[in-house]
Amino acid sequence: MKRELLKFLILAIVVAILPALLSGSYLVNVLIFVGIHTMLAVALNLLLGFAGQISLGHAGFFGLGAYASAILTTTYGINPWLAMVAAAVAVSLLAFAIGFPILKLKGHYLAMATLGLGIIFFIIFNEAVDLTGGPSGFSGIPNLKIGSITFDNDLKNYALIWLFTLVTVLLSLNLANSRIGRALRAIHDSEVAARVMGVNSRLLKVQIFALSAGISTLAGSLYAHTMGFISPTSFGFNFSIELITMVIIGGLGSIYGSLIGAFILTILPEALRTFQDYDIIIYGLILILMTMFLPGGLVRGVPGLLARLRPAGRQEG
Amino acid sequence: MQISDQLTQYLFSGFATGAIYALIGLGFAIIYNATGIINFAQGEFVMLGGMFTVSLITTAGLHPGVAVPCAIILTTVVGILFERLAIRPLKSATPLSLVIITIGGSILIRGIAMLVWDKDTHALPGFSGDEPIEIFGATLMPQHLWIFAVTIVVIGMSKLFFSYTISGKAMRACSYNSRAASLIGIDVRRMVLFSFIISSAMGSLAGIIIAPLTMTSYDVGIMIGIKGFCAAIIGGMSSGFGTVLGGLILGVLESMGAGLVSSGYKDAIAFVILLLILFIRPQGLFKKAETERV
Repeated sequence: MKRELLKFLILAIVVAILPALLSGSYLVNVLIFVGIHTMLAVALNLLLGFAGQISLGHAGFFGLGAYASAILTTTYGINPWLAMVAAAVAVSLLAFAIGFPILKLKGHYLAMATLGLGIIFFIIFNEAVDLTGGPSGFSGIPNLKIGSITFDNDLKNYALIWLFTLVTVLLSLNLANSRIGRALRAIHDSEVAARVMGVNSRLLKVQIFALSAGISTLAGSLYAHTMGFISPTSFGFNFSIELITMVIIGGLGSIYGSLIGAFILTILPEALRTFQDYDIIIYGLILILMTMFLPGGLVRGVPGLLARLRPAGRQEG
Repeated sequence: MQISDQLTQYLFSGFATGAIYALIGLGFAIIYNATGIINFAQGEFVMLGGMFTVSLITTAGLHPGVAVPCAIILTTVVGILFERLAIRPLKSATPLSLVIITIGGSILIRGIAMLVWDKDTHALPGFSGDEPIEIFGATLMPQHLWIFAVTIVVIGMSKLFFSYTISGKAMRACSYNSRAASLIGIDVRRMVLFSFIISSAMGSLAGIIIAPLTMTSYDVGIMIGIKGFCAAIIGGMSSGFGTVLGGLILGVLESMGAGLVSSGYKDAIAFVILLLILFIRPQGLFKKAETERV
């Protein structure tokens, strides 16, 4: 446990000093996205990596959060913090209700059902023009405020987003090492065995689905307030795939892995501007190759790979 | 136009898109029955069929009668490559990794299509011109008749194949129990390859005959693919009439919904039906709950 805490402290310190090193550069802005993506990837990993339940609709929950915050604050003038909490609670409850029938499904069927769910949300974002502004987007979303501090520049937003991200990471680490985390991993390995051991797998899966959706919603609200403008394309099927790719790169069931995955997939398109449109090909390749050759992801796969290479190297030497 | 004429119109256009969904759904069902995999790349075969045909006709200047078979063959080659490179190497993969691999394959194919062609929408001329015909007060394109004819022929042929040929019977045996099938000397892996060949050919054909009506582009695969899956789910994943009926039901509901309720939400209809069926009757509408499909 002490080592876990140490790792987290190191992460927190790195997060705290990074902006000082990059001061003024647009990279701070990129790191804000890394934070939001980390929240989403960690949330998805709780479901996908720990409970072993796939969701191809998480971009939809992200979008629900963004639109709920945008509409409640901009159209109805409700306090942003209140709107954020209301959105997260409402979407968690919605996910809890949908979770019972949807998580009865397994494997491919679950994938298709969550994909359908995500696309239904996407269609609503596009078609409910009166509420959402439709395909042309929703603008004029206010920044968040605490007292006299308005989160209106990159540095302040960086602090805000990463505070939420670190809390998400810490809570998820705690959850992973708790009785619930162990029960979830048991469901992942064999649901029947878990149930025999007295795990209420059905309820637990639904709860983790609701939690995961709730965190994604929160990330969506933060995204809306940071950007000030949202449009449906940010919440489509491709983004759900991007999130899955982040989780797979880092490794299923590894919280820090999701952070690494989110970091890589957010930095990569920035570093290689030329392949803007072609990032989807890279994601496809990553998904196939990682699943085939490095199913543990980078976090668990690379040390394993090194361990395998080392003895061979010595023999040669 | 009278309301009855309107309804006939919706019915006919619903049947036409429904026939397409049926063909795609059959592709899903055939692979599922042979392997237990839902092939998320099925919709990409549909897209490839349409795009290859457009390219062969407009760029290479081939006659449609030559271009169509060539497009089907090219798509089938992609299907074979996909099976060989991504599916066969996985011997004991979990359903989760199989889902992720076929999704990866699907977006890879889509991405490459975007690279090879472009992001534009392409039109394909109708096989027999674009002069509308009037039947029972409804206005149809000649292409609608092509769709009906091709679908009936393909479904008839696949029925004959699965009922009367050795390979077809062997594939059915695999779908009932692949271990037992391998024990009596059926090469299960070859049957898996066959299933990919048949469903990529069927998918591409569906993509080719619908292209003159709806146009085609690199990203049409996902929507139409899931609708085909929806047809297969309504039909209980049967590789026979259940799925065909499922496709027709979906097609008609969609065109009625678009005409009478709202065209913007047309696409949502299929997904709502998909979720309802999965929640309430995952074994499909026409089947008793005999096998666990979920």
